[in-house]
Amino acid sequence: MTLFDSELAAGADPVLAPGEEPVPAAGTDPVPSRRGGAWRRLRADRSALAALVLVGLLVLVALAAPLLTALEGQDATTFHSQLLDSARGGVPHGAFGGIGADHWLGVEPGTGRDVFARIVYGARVSLGVALAATALELVVGIAIGLAAGLGGPRVDAVAGRVIEIAIAFPSLLLALALLAIVPQSVPRPVLVALAITAVNWGNVARVTRAQAMSLRTRDYVDAARLAGVGPVRIALREILPGLTTPLMVLAALKVPSNIVSEAGLSFLGAGVRPPTPSWGQMLSTSTTWFQTDPAYVIVPGGLLLVTLLAFSLFADGVRRALDPRSTRV
Amino acid sequence: MTPVSEAPMTPVGEAATAPVLSVRDLRVRFGDREAVGGVSFDLEPGRALGVVGESGSGKSSLALALSRLHTGADVTGEVRVDGTDVLAASDAELRRLRGGRIAMVFQDPLSSLDPYLRVGDQIAEVYRVHTGATRRAAAAKAVEVLDRVGIPDASRRARAHPHEFSGGMVQRALIAMALALEPRVLVADEPTTALDVTVQARLLTLLDELREETGMALLLVSHDFGVVAETADDILVMRAGKTVEHGPVETVLRTPSAAYTRELLEAVPRLDTPRPAVVTSRTPPPEQADSPQESLLRISGLRREFRLGPPLRRRVVPAVDGVSLEVAPGEVLGVVGESGSGKTTLARLIVRLLAPSAGTIEFAGRDVTRLPARELRPLRRDLQMVFQDPLASLNPRRTVGDSIADPLRVLGEPDAERRARDLMDRVGLDPDRYGAYPHEFSGGQRQRVGIARALAPDPRLLVCDEPVTSLDVSTQAQILALLAELRAERDLALLFVSHDLAVVRQVSDRVAVMRAGRVVTLGDVDTVYDQPEDPYTRALLAAVPKLAALTPAT
Repeated sequence: MTLFDSELAAGADPVLAPGEEPVPAAGTDPVPSRRGGAWRRLRADRSALAALVLVGLLVLVALAAPLLTALEGQDATTFHSQLLDSARGGVPHGAFGGIGADHWLGVEPGTGRDVFARIVYGARVSLGVALAATALELVVGIAIGLAAGLGGPRVDAVAGRVIEIAIAFPSLLLALALLAIVPQSVPRPVLVALAITAVNWGNVARVTRAQAMSLRTRDYVDAARLAGVGPVRIALREILPGLTTPLMVLAALKVPSNIVSEAGLSFLGAGVRPPTPSWGQMLSTSTTWFQTDPAYVIVPGGLLLVTLLAFSLFADGVRRALDPRSTRV
Repeated sequence: MTPVSEAPMTPVGEAATAPVLSVRDLRVRFGDREAVGGVSFDLEPGRALGVVGESGSGKSSLALALSRLHTGADVTGEVRVDGTDVLAASDAELRRLRGGRIAMVFQDPLSSLDPYLRVGDQIAEVYRVHTGATRRAAAAKAVEVLDRVGIPDASRRARAHPHEFSGGMVQRALIAMALALEPRVLVADEPTTALDVTVQARLLTLLDELREETGMALLLVSHDFGVVAETADDILVMRAGKTVEHGPVETVLRTPSAAYTRELLEAVPRLDTPRPAVVTSRTPPPEQADSPQESLLRISGLRREFRLGPPLRRRVVPAVDGVSLEVAPGEVLGVVGESGSGKTTLARLIVRLLAPSAGTIEFAGRDVTRLPARELRPLRRDLQMVFQDPLASLNPRRTVGDSIADPLRVLGEPDAERRARDLMDRVGLDPDRYGAYPHEFSGGQRQRVGIARALAPDPRLLVCDEPVTSLDVSTQAQILALLAELRAERDLALLFVSHDLAVVRQVSDRVAVMRAGRVVTLGDVDTVYDQPEDPYTRALLAAVPKLAALTPAT
């Protein structure tokens, strides 16, 4: 009975029709307009909650990097050549890259720098760059997207094409090129964040533009126009609140992808420069050592994996919490 | 245009026949909420039962439960279709039952068909699943039933896709799909609500004919007393999941025993009675309204075209095609017409949400046709709009108070919030709910918010685009009363757009009937309704289901 099934799937839910009585809308609230509801759903989502705890822990580690290294009694830049086996080309003495009481995660092959210290300081760079780039992408993307979506056909003809070009451009190549030509005096992590923003704001703008275009035809936008509300105020008061759901989901997905971008750029040598540690850069150096010292690959690589997983699970939870309909069977 | 026959006075079948549908103490629960709370009735072959009630009364839940179509609901009681206990049936039995012996037609015709499949194929598929007929036989059957429900050139139209059908044709096709299996019971849930009156009249006639011809029983769910009065033999009034009243149509409508039924009937706007005195009491005398130099709004030769179709085959379709009319201060001009007649486009042109292609709009003696957006803003103060869908016209993420206060803030009102609360109080809302969100309100309350927002700048003309269409009759009556009060109190002129002829009669001083973008009749409301000269207006009026024939004059 395809006819009847499709009708049910179309959501002909007769009991949700409200009567003339005020509707307390306990479990039937179709509009997640209040953060409270979304937050409640997020807290009920176990995988999202676990991911959130993990994300929080990682941020905490990054923030407390000096504290943690002091606790260990090491720093990220001191060479410990006495810990290296020069007969084997600089591989650390001992099992698993020299893990022990002094060096909790061992030392770096070739240099003997403390891996734990480099990991926690690297977290600052990796997470900091990713979060900053995400925030910048949102600002740039929302501004251009709103202009394209609401500014009328002429503005859209220009802004819309710019967005398409930004999306179509091979982003890794562009970022590499940008990082090659910029002056070296600017702090490297800032440059990396800017480069990632420059190549990635396009899809934020595209989502914003599409959503704004659909929202601007709503009756409540017309009502605001009739009330004499100006275009900027309409964009900020009427349109932007309607964009929070898709943009929060997009932002939560952007963070892990930006961590990968930073790691990739650093891996290719265009990211942060030594001695500043970052996870990508550590992975980059590890390529020459992975046969003789696998522990040095596993530590930053595994951490990157866990971080990405945590952010992705959290992003998924945010999406489910903000759009309760998507989980309804 | 076939004028609809008067309501069937006598049962078609013999009273002694066993009921084909028998419902005992049916209850449908969704968690803690009981949507249907113990409904019982019998339906004999060839008879029609009308289930009426306001939204939320459980009538659709009842209709779905008859074929056990609920998911996630707790359904108890007994439903027997042709002797089979529906609620106890196995899945396989249920599949044979659905469509085979009890079929359903839903309100929204377009969403009931798959847009990617041809109409004929969809009917044939249902037929094949049930009968195991060959492809060829099923296709022939599809054409046959499409022809039976009055689709012209059925063999060709069977190969069309749903979007090539009009709303009325799609609903016919769905009825055809239901008919293919010759069901004993047809459950129609608001089958004509989405359709124009003339199309509705033809569909109701079709349902009557089919019932007589095949002896199938009809359960018609509707919020519209007129539709039920014309089609059903018996009527069941529901409220909050319970049966309020159940009996023959004539008895229930002429001498309703329940107070709720009487209230509902009184709230129904009548096509053939002049406006109630409350509304007319303080309206300006028409002589005054007629003097031309005083007109508040004057439009002449107004035209708006839309370009449709792919670039190389682009057609220019005029939605509003040379409309001229005037609205005097304090006057109510009703605009009626079927869907696609251009009445909503006209409303949006007047408030300048759309720019006209040609013609002029003069407001308070000033030509505002080509004012740029910036210069329009001061004008917005005098010219406001109430939208059709109160939920869609309120931003779901902003509090209703903010929505009402917005126009005031724009005007530089220092105490916008207090004024907004006063307005809420004026339209019958609790001012303490300033910080509540639209979804926390009922449909009628939302429309009150919409009216409060429109009133905020103290306009002189309020353009109302189907303001009560999405509301229940009793709520509708309250909103219309509110509009009438406000109008008398503020000397407000209204341009009242609606497809509902009875509502327009109730509120308007003068009325314009639109068809295909043109005004075909424009005149005093009683003259247009009582002595229509234009043939289209006559046809339109004739198509409206009449309730008054059966009810005592009030």
